[in-house]
Amino acid sequence: MSSTHKSGKSSAGKSTSSVAQLFPERELRRIIDTVLRLAKSTGAEETEVHVDETANSLTRFANNAIHQNVAEHGLNVSIRTVVDSRTARATTNRIDEDSLRAAIAASLSLAHSQPKDPHLLPLPGKQRYRKVKRFVNATAALTPEERARAVRRPCDLAIQNGQVAAGIFASGLQQSALGNSRGLFASYRETHAEFSITMQENPAASWAKANAASVREIDPQKLAQRASEKAHLAVNARELPPGRYTVILEPSAVLDLVGFLFYDFAATALQDKRSCLNDRMGKRLFGKNISITDDAYHPLQLGAPFDGEGMPRERVVLVDRGVPKNLVYARSTAKSARKKPTGHGFALPNEYGEAPMNLVFAGGDSSLENMIASTDRGLLVTRLWYIREVDPYEKAMTGMTRDGLFLVEKGKVTTAVRNFRFNQSILEMLRNVELLGPAVRATGEEAFEMVVPAMKVRDFHFSEVTKF
Amino acid sequence: MWDLCTNALDTARLRGATYADVRMMHLRQRDLTTKNGQVGTLAQSESIGMGVRALANGAWGFASTDRLTREGVSACAAQAISIAKASAIAKRGDVVMVDEAAYVDSWQSPFRKDPFELPLENQLALLLASDAEMRRVKGVTLTETGMQFRKIDSWFASSIGSRIHQRKMITGCGIAATSFQGEEIQKRSYPNSFGGQHALEGYELVESLEMLKHATRVGEEAAALHSAAQCPEKTGTLILGGSQLGLQIHESVGHPIELDRVLGQEANFAGTSFLTLDQLNKLRYGSDIVNVVADARLEHGPGLGTFAYDDEGVPAQCTDIIKDGQFRGYLSNRETAHLIGLERSSGTMRTESWNRLPIIRMTNISLNPGTWDFDNLIADTDDGILMETNRSWSIDDRRYQFQFSTEVGWEIKGGKKTRMLKNPSYSGITTEFWNSCDAICSRNHWTLWGTPNCGKGQPMQTMGTGHGAAPSRFRNVKIGSAFSNQ
Repeated sequence: MSSTHKSGKSSAGKSTSSVAQLFPERELRRIIDTVLRLAKSTGAEETEVHVDETANSLTRFANNAIHQNVAEHGLNVSIRTVVDSRTARATTNRIDEDSLRAAIAASLSLAHSQPKDPHLLPLPGKQRYRKVKRFVNATAALTPEERARAVRRPCDLAIQNGQVAAGIFASGLQQSALGNSRGLFASYRETHAEFSITMQENPAASWAKANAASVREIDPQKLAQRASEKAHLAVNARELPPGRYTVILEPSAVLDLVGFLFYDFAATALQDKRSCLNDRMGKRLFGKNISITDDAYHPLQLGAPFDGEGMPRERVVLVDRGVPKNLVYARSTAKSARKKPTGHGFALPNEYGEAPMNLVFAGGDSSLENMIASTDRGLLVTRLWYIREVDPYEKAMTGMTRDGLFLVEKGKVTTAVRNFRFNQSILEMLRNVELLGPAVRATGEEAFEMVVPAMKVRDFHFSEVTKF
Repeated sequence: MWDLCTNALDTARLRGATYADVRMMHLRQRDLTTKNGQVGTLAQSESIGMGVRALANGAWGFASTDRLTREGVSACAAQAISIAKASAIAKRGDVVMVDEAAYVDSWQSPFRKDPFELPLENQLALLLASDAEMRRVKGVTLTETGMQFRKIDSWFASSIGSRIHQRKMITGCGIAATSFQGEEIQKRSYPNSFGGQHALEGYELVESLEMLKHATRVGEEAAALHSAAQCPEKTGTLILGGSQLGLQIHESVGHPIELDRVLGQEANFAGTSFLTLDQLNKLRYGSDIVNVVADARLEHGPGLGTFAYDDEGVPAQCTDIIKDGQFRGYLSNRETAHLIGLERSSGTMRTESWNRLPIIRMTNISLNPGTWDFDNLIADTDDGILMETNRSWSIDDRRYQFQFSTEVGWEIKGGKKTRMLKNPSYSGITTEFWNSCDAICSRNHWTLWGTPNCGKGQPMQTMGTGHGAAPSRFRNVKIGSAFSNQ
């Protein structure tokens, strides 16, 4: 294999000493073909091969300086063999023929060790995929020096404002290819960039974050400015009693809470009776202003247009005006439920089946400013933290507010408030949404990125208060 | 291996490193699960590569590669230097490291039975039999079992002359039964939730836990929870089972003593800590009987935080964290130790894999055993609730305010364990909670629990940590607030 890292300078004079590159797609196809050829002579009846390559960089800063700065490159080959109604998977990051042979043998050995699975389906054949363009050269070309300079400016801003900055500036590129012995081949590549910042003004802090395929859509200084202003506002926090409050949840706060709903829409979760949607499909569960779709092709989404078995991802309406309408299906759950697979299956073998990974909430037209202006008394929530499930059927979650909680009185933000613990059912919350903002690509720390709006929600339950 | 390590170090030095270390790691893992009588996951994986950490121009750079050739590791080292020099664009001072000696050593964690060498059919048969026992119980709607085995070789070399090879064998296993009935989902797990027990052992751990023997009880308790009384909301006496107390230690002692958190290095993600530097040797963390250590040495036990050397080449140590209730120590590394007046790192730098930078992590953070016999503790409790097996956990980003819920509770009345309680939970403020501890059970009841899924760092790293704990009693604890809805 050739080197994945260039050295020296480009013609434009920009240092590219640490700019990563991915293999051309033909190289991934060659690895897949090699595995399929080697597997043919081993007794495997069918073989599926995943090749995943990543090249990620992350510059981390704290106390107004870079303290960690890392780059990684890796490529994994994951091989699933099928023999006599049995299947198993072996994965390696070594791509010489001997190592690939060993991985095939390991997969077969694992497969042979188990009882037959009468429900195991044959591998799917060739599929057609919708094209998605999510690889941005400007992101791929970002250098450590450029990230360092971009980090330096927010750190200088923090010093200028008597604050302390911490955060990350990350960029990366990844590609996946999937092929099988029935002729299926799928490939995908994307870039991603992320900037996140916490500005601390003792004893307070605030936070801002953005994530996109294109680094050009991320403005570190603007995010730093916003976090800085909110941290300053948060300094003299007042303690309020716990109880039910109207809340205005910024998109990150919405995301990290509703993100816990995603697996409930898996057909397998209902079959296993661990979904909050058991006995609730087709009945009004949320407010009429709540509609949720899984849409891998939405312009604000990232991710491959195929699933872990190579099935094309379908757009699925999960909730229509408050009523859960559809689930997502892998091939096996689709067969047992007499439905069509929706292209949401995980790589086999697994016990979780499938999940929607590209959730898109329908938004509204209310800006955050309008939500504040329309609120007589409530709380503005920047983000939520350490969210865990307390009751899986009521979807009751606990967690903390973090990095900026503000009291809204008579249409205005009046003061900062000490952080609360919440114990709140997501189902109830989505029945109590009074206003929705435009849906945006939101990013937090508890859930993967989704397209969600800011929400104004009545009667949100805070149970305890902490010391800051 | 050592030639490649030396090659990378030489390149780093030639390119301007004032210090460098490399970790070559070979990770092997096998995962087996069943669900509802069928095999779920059946997979194994291996990954091998090298990470190079280098200090140049007073700042750090890290790069990793899976190209294990002379050219590959040299390019990786050069990249680490290039990144370090970029880091210096936004530095506020030069990195300073406390001294450490160079070591040449090889160490292997002890185990009796290598799970990778035993028949897989037998391992699956045990899981399927446990699964079947749980499914026989009426009312059980979902059964899950699993085993996980990891074998990790690491070769550490540093520019001060260390050459350390370590091999660790890690085993984990557990079973769980879930029951959906009416409008309620209830679950019981053994020996712990979220995958069971995990330790630095071989297959002997699986055999010692006798999962099949416990399967019927696990199923019966899951189904019985539906008809159990709701845990009341009150302030009262709480007895925590060992595994739940292990997680309580993890969240409310282990994380706040990480010196990188204290110094603000995790402020953007994992958070900071209420244990600011002025609290050291001054804060009354807990009651007089509370003694907590950070102990990575093998003599502490085969925990997920046990090793011979950390990933910075510092030998395993035992550090007092809480001594007779007083706050005594942090988890440090070579870069932060001098900031709290130490001349040496406490040896807690750990990395998930070859492609991750070592960061300060918990080792085995354990509550030393007390003197109580468990039966005597129950007999001594007039009115309380015993809570066992974690169900959910949450704590604020400075580690003050927490809330835990467990799978099952038992009412204690007049010194006797009486009826089962469902949906138990408790909450509090860290130091108030530890100061309310008035009884800790003896070593006979002490287990070194493994937490295999501790997330920290950016990019995220998952690490296993150990927590020795015996059932303990706490007074005046807020109980039941997770399910109050006022």
